Amino acid sequence: MAFSNAQLERYSRQIILKEVGIKGQKKLLAGSALIIGAGGLGAPAALYLAAAGVGHLGIVDADEVDLSNLQRQIIHSSRDLGKAKALSAQESLEALNPEIKVTTYLVRAQAQNIMELIRDYDFIIDGTDNFPAKFLINDACVLGGKPFSHAGILRFQGQLMTYIPGGGPCYRCVFTAPPPPEAVPSCREAGVIGALAGVIGSLQAAQAVNYLAGIGEAPAGSLLTYDALKTEFRKIRLPRRRDCAVCGEQPSITAPQDYAPPACELAPCALS
Amino acid sequence: MRLVVAGVEKEYPEGLKLSGLVELEKVSTPQYVTVSLNEAFVEHGSFASTPLSEGDTVEFLYFMGGGRGFQ
Repeated sequence: MAFSNAQLERYSRQIILKEVGIKGQKKLLAGSALIIGAGGLGAPAALYLAAAGVGHLGIVDADEVDLSNLQRQIIHSSRDLGKAKALSAQESLEALNPEIKVTTYLVRAQAQNIMELIRDYDFIIDGTDNFPAKFLINDACVLGGKPFSHAGILRFQGQLMTYIPGGGPCYRCVFTAPPPPEAVPSCREAGVIGALAGVIGSLQAAQAVNYLAGIGEAPAGSLLTYDALKTEFRKIRLPRRRDCAVCGEQPSITAPQDYAPPACELAPCALS
Repeated sequence: MRLVVAGVEKEYPEGLKLSGLVELEKVSTPQYVTVSLNEAFVEHGSFASTPLSEGDTVEFLYFMGGGRGFQ
């Protein structure tokens, strides 16, 4: 594949990096990422991946853009209010970089569709705002052998961990099962700083770029935390759980499972 | 004794158990926190019987979801 002059210029600032170069850029253009949730985390992640020229991006989101989203979901604008988030995200990504392919899925990730959703993508970004989805994505990626980036944000705190198949612990090694409903506060109840979502979502993009371009160290095996009040990052080394229910030696979870009580589906509150 | 808790080295009372540390540190939602001691996970049921000793490193790992929490 030969690069056009426009491509060489568009990606010049990363092609010039010796770690990336033409070879890395080719990998990015040939690579793909699925962003599950076009919210606070997915917005910056998707924008940076599109800008970097990741050739195919998938956006999964069943919600619509709401006024309270715009404090942090910078892929959407005031003119997008009421629009499906996946479509609003697609428009922003295609405006930013018309060279890439964007596929939208106006669905909620669930046990019955998750394996199919992730199947054609090289790297998965968990930009979801709820624990059932986070466990679902973890289990599906472990079972499907897909690398993924987990992230969570709340108030002034963020966390990030990346799972690479065959190495490092998975999300379920750290948190064995979802907390019961209402046991842990949500951003809707507790609030969140918009720029914090930007920091953590951008880190997810950076990890995806590393993986897709084949540069850097495999970022698995640790949980990165960020405290926006103290402006402090911490990298916490994580053990692997040999008896993990999904990535352990004798896994009891062999297919993705849903946790969300169906009643919750009736209360739209897309705020992540 | 000196312990390194969440990255900070501090003095703690001798004989402290993991459950006591969770209380001392005012860990929020302690029943849902994951604890690692010297880079090994400790089950909740063992907090009260897990002694801490000089130089131990303890981390508290919190659930962090986002907008919707559980729903």
